[in-house]
Amino acid sequence: MILGHELVMSSSAAFAWSILPILLIGLRTTLLAMFAGFVIAVVVGMVFALMRRSQWKIVTWPVGFVVEFLRNTPLLMQLFFLYFVLPEFGVTLPAFWTGTTVLGLQYAAYMSEVYRAGLDALPKGQWEAATALNLSKTRTYRTVVLPQMIPRVLPALGNYLISMMKDTPVLSTITVVEMLNLANRIGDRTFEYLVPLSLVGAIFFVLTCVCSALLRGLERFVPQKGIALR
Amino acid sequence: MDLSVHLPNLLGAAATSLLICSLSLLMAASLSFGAGVALFAGPAWLRAIAFAYVEIFRGTSLLVQLFWLYFALPLLGISLPPFLTGVLALGLNTGAYGAEVVRGALRSVSQQQHEAARALNFTRNQTLWRIVLPQSLVEMLPSFSSLAVQNLKDTSLVSMITIADLTFKAQEIRNLTQDTVAVYGTALLIYFAMAMSIVALMRILETRVARSTGRLS
Repeated sequence: MILGHELVMSSSAAFAWSILPILLIGLRTTLLAMFAGFVIAVVVGMVFALMRRSQWKIVTWPVGFVVEFLRNTPLLMQLFFLYFVLPEFGVTLPAFWTGTTVLGLQYAAYMSEVYRAGLDALPKGQWEAATALNLSKTRTYRTVVLPQMIPRVLPALGNYLISMMKDTPVLSTITVVEMLNLANRIGDRTFEYLVPLSLVGAIFFVLTCVCSALLRGLERFVPQKGIALR
Repeated sequence: MDLSVHLPNLLGAAATSLLICSLSLLMAASLSFGAGVALFAGPAWLRAIAFAYVEIFRGTSLLVQLFWLYFALPLLGISLPPFLTGVLALGLNTGAYGAEVVRGALRSVSQQQHEAARALNFTRNQTLWRIVLPQSLVEMLPSFSSLAVQNLKDTSLVSMITIADLTFKAQEIRNLTQDTVAVYGTALLIYFAMAMSIVALMRILETRVARSTGRLS
């Protein structure tokens, strides 16, 4: 019995069928971690990108270092660091949220580069026109810059979403109960790793295919000239 | 943490990480070129194999692949030592991503180059190896650089299958000293330094290749 589900060991197929509901419980955590991490990454990445465009070196330099550091160190190590350091400062988060935060931060660093490229790709005339129209800085970003930037950055953000999904199994190392964690637990109980691990691989494969198909559809759906934000 | 005692340990473990990284990169490079060229110009059956390889390894998670090779493969009668398992998983995974890079770069060489080679009576093989591949090399290198860094970062996962790499050692020393910030902070900095060295090395390589193909003088 794992999470209230009986394990049937009579044959490989029956075994696979009996552990599928258990793995699907883990799948929910996997998807939650992916989406929560994605939201963090999209927002924090934008903050990083905007801060790197600041005119003060005292802002751009530290942010630049943080971004480079997050991009160039292993997710697993960052995960351990935060998981053990946060409690020392009196912050106790559930493992899931520590994991999602770390995942989100690493991808925020990646995404800030995407945003930066997106911002740089915007023709200079757009900024000048916004200045000529006397738009405030927030208004310029909200009504001129972001609507044109979104279609440009969307494919890259989508690819990162899929990468994030494939990185969620790393969260199992800090006791987040997602698919891989459950598969290992089933393996430890039954000494039968082949079926659960292969099944997890297959589920990931299907998810990747579904996600990339959905994203390709979304890219076609989004108007290339930009989205009006109101 | 007493740095003078533990730093040599961490650096020794970092050498193990680097060794795993370089071995898996060697494997990944050969797989990338093999699968990438097969996808670009191979016969249908070879293309199908390369396609399956690339999609399977890009479509599933590295940690799942690592655990599969470590826990599930022995049940099929193939037992590999952990070190070899780690190198194999990393090499196969990075190789799949690299194959896409190679294929993309090969496709980016303009059609006129193919036509010119045909006009000069080059065979298909000569066109591929002497005209297309050398030119596409310049396009590949920036992506290879980020893949190499990714590979280095991914080596930390092999600590999960009992290989005493930098992450493994850092965990061990942290459990001994309970000094999380210093131990993990040092390990993170070592990883950062290694990644930066890879980036610097790849940049040198990029300029050399660009120069040798006439893109830079």
